[in-house]
Amino acid sequence: MSKTKEVKAKEPLFHIVARDVMHPGASFGIRVAAFVVALLLSALFVWVTVKVDLITFLKTMFRGAFGMDKVFEAEGFENAWTALLSSYMWATLKAAAKLLIIAVALGPAFKMRFWNVGAEGQVIIGAMAAAFVMYHYSTMPGPLLLLVMLVVSILAGGIWGLIPAFFKTKLNTNETLFTLMMNYIAMKIADYFYNLWRGAKSALGMINQTSRAGWLRSLWSGKDAAWFRNEDLWFMIIVLVFTVLMFFYLKSTKQGYEIAVVGESHNTARYAGISVTKVMLRTMAISGAICGICGFLLVSSQSHTINSAMAGGFGFTAIIVAWLSKFNSFTMIGTSVLIVALQNGSMLMANTYSDRGFSPSAADVIVAIMLLMVIGCEFFIKYRVMFKHSAKEAKA
Amino acid sequence: MKKILSLLLALVMVFAVVLTFASCGESETSDDAELPTWYGWEGTKEVAKQGSVNTTASEVSLTGDVSAVKIGLIMIGDETEGYTKAHMDGIKTAAKNLGIADEQLVWKLVVPESDAVVTAGKQLIADGCTYIFSNSYGHQAYMQTLAEEYPNVHFVAATGDTAAGLGYKNFSNCFTGVYQCRYVSGVVAGLKLKELIDGGKLTDANKDGDNYKIGYVGAFNYAEVVSGYTAFYLGLKSIVPNVVMDVQYTSSWFDFDKEKAAAQLLIDRGCCIISQHADSAGAPTAVQEALTNGKTVYSVGYNVSMLDACPDGALTSATNNWFVYYQYALACAINGSDIATNWAAGYEKEAVTTTELGKACAAGTAEKVAEVVADIKSGKIKVFDTSKFTVGGKNVTWCYATDTNADWTNDANNVISDGQFLESYVQAAPAFALRIDGITELN
Repeated sequence: MSKTKEVKAKEPLFHIVARDVMHPGASFGIRVAAFVVALLLSALFVWVTVKVDLITFLKTMFRGAFGMDKVFEAEGFENAWTALLSSYMWATLKAAAKLLIIAVALGPAFKMRFWNVGAEGQVIIGAMAAAFVMYHYSTMPGPLLLLVMLVVSILAGGIWGLIPAFFKTKLNTNETLFTLMMNYIAMKIADYFYNLWRGAKSALGMINQTSRAGWLRSLWSGKDAAWFRNEDLWFMIIVLVFTVLMFFYLKSTKQGYEIAVVGESHNTARYAGISVTKVMLRTMAISGAICGICGFLLVSSQSHTINSAMAGGFGFTAIIVAWLSKFNSFTMIGTSVLIVALQNGSMLMANTYSDRGFSPSAADVIVAIMLLMVIGCEFFIKYRVMFKHSAKEAKA
Repeated sequence: MKKILSLLLALVMVFAVVLTFASCGESETSDDAELPTWYGWEGTKEVAKQGSVNTTASEVSLTGDVSAVKIGLIMIGDETEGYTKAHMDGIKTAAKNLGIADEQLVWKLVVPESDAVVTAGKQLIADGCTYIFSNSYGHQAYMQTLAEEYPNVHFVAATGDTAAGLGYKNFSNCFTGVYQCRYVSGVVAGLKLKELIDGGKLTDANKDGDNYKIGYVGAFNYAEVVSGYTAFYLGLKSIVPNVVMDVQYTSSWFDFDKEKAAAQLLIDRGCCIISQHADSAGAPTAVQEALTNGKTVYSVGYNVSMLDACPDGALTSATNNWFVYYQYALACAINGSDIATNWAAGYEKEAVTTTELGKACAAGTAEKVAEVVADIKSGKIKVFDTSKFTVGGKNVTWCYATDTNADWTNDANNVISDGQFLESYVQAAPAFALRIDGITELN
């Protein structure tokens, strides 16, 4: 004789359920909440480590990110403009533009579900090509020299993007590893030329520092207005133009649509008569070429030199920007500014409180807390966590 | 599609060919010359005028208002990194000494050698700083452009070398006579080596023919490093004449793993003393591990005492006392006066020293160090005494220290005079770049 025992399935404490599309207002609310919580957590971290209060922390962060000391008090446009150029705000905008153009370049590749983590290398190889021309052909007439630099940068970046795409389409290689490794090849090439050109000196310094050949500023004369002669401003304008173009390229053109279809499913794309190979090669060439243009801009308008660290890790940070922005070029503007603002704000914290032991590495902790919270909240936008009792309620 | 691909392939190949030719061209030109053009073994050249190097300026009486000054400081690293910590300690001590408050020092830490220097510099100027210092060689080019743009702000690119040539009133370089303390650290190592030889602790594996083998981990192959390891070698040789040295470069100023690996390579080759011109504790760590495993090897460090990383084997470290310079420069800032275009000083101003002696040091080391330091101060010991070293088997009689046409070969300013190579003479930064006999660069 046996008694049957009623077996009750043990219910887990909670389980995770995918949400239907969340109300835009609600998802916006979650993001804002995550940001506020991250700020408070960072403030707590700062309080515990160096005893800086919340208000001072927020003020310092804001000043380091968007500070515009002496800009509004300045008399006349010229003085205000000069003050703006020296402000924290300008430094943030300048760095954000650099981050933005790389994120914009990554957009189409990511939308195609091609995980291009090689932007760092594509920027460096573009910069390397420009620096090479600038170094060896400095006697060419200014505008022609810059044009040649631009063209070789586009080619170099494009080819650097094409190589992994080519092997992906031919041999189905893993593009993440391939593009990642291409970064290091580009860095080593830059290292090689850096050491070659450095010769017996301790550092390369700027290329053509006296002749200024291949510098963007060699294009205009002293007669032009001060704002017009500003290389950073042109950098930002060019980046914004690319941002707008990319938005409409992805949204409104046939090629943009093809990218979206390939990203959804290769088979669907084939069924619809789209050549996956062609789209992949073309998109990666574009992605790499825009990174190449970024490299050209860095050499001609900002650093005027080459080294393996010149992309400053932005090729990797841009991946986060592109992801958080869901590959939307316009959203990337805000995301880039936000990330750079966090970096610059927390760096001012380090510069101000290093005496008390708040080092630049501690500044990185603030950025990390922010990114963790902001990326983490995306999970709660996509999924909802159901606890035991709430699950019962849902059934009932 | 095929057409585009083949076109691209052709472009890649063209690019590759151009690159190859370009690099070939450069190596051919440098191989042409049979005799060196920048130094020689016969005859003499007129000795260079001492450039703008100022070795005496240090005592400045304060005439300005201390509370009015604001100093900007652009640092390559932060206090977690030995090289920058040495600068920061020097600056903070000098500021405290002169009565400059913490709020009057505006820091920009971890600034890379890029146009980030310009951004940082402009923010400092907007903050009201009128004297701005940077501490890495690669900052120099950007500091220079700032100096051109802001003639009323003073800029100092520490360890740089262009100020003498430019002659701007508001742009200076500075360096310490670090070669002097390298020589002294070599003496400390020499005494240890002598003790090991006398005690029969070394084997044939530690010898190359009749010579004992020592090793040096260097960052890069340029004058700053060459000057340092040659001074170390000559100091050691003054105690043990039959010694040869291998140099292994890491191509990085700070890379724990690379420095450790380089030291291990040198230890495996039989080197029984390992010194370094790179900023991490990688080499002393390798020495400690080898000692623990029963090898006979000792370490001479740089910047900071290596006794933490290598308690059993660290002898001493050559180090700069940047306080001396900053005490002078910050006093200039308070007075609102110009700073010497080039500043260099060694033991005579106590701008260089060696750190506390490890317990592994040979008996009588402290006394010998005091004696050698006194002799360097009095001029009795000349670090780069031309009778004490040879190049290609012969004594060098003249040597240029300056490259005027940027072709990477020195072509002006002979600095051999009175039987010695005058270091930090026409410029503050080290200029000794001769590869002397007995030292082998492995890579």
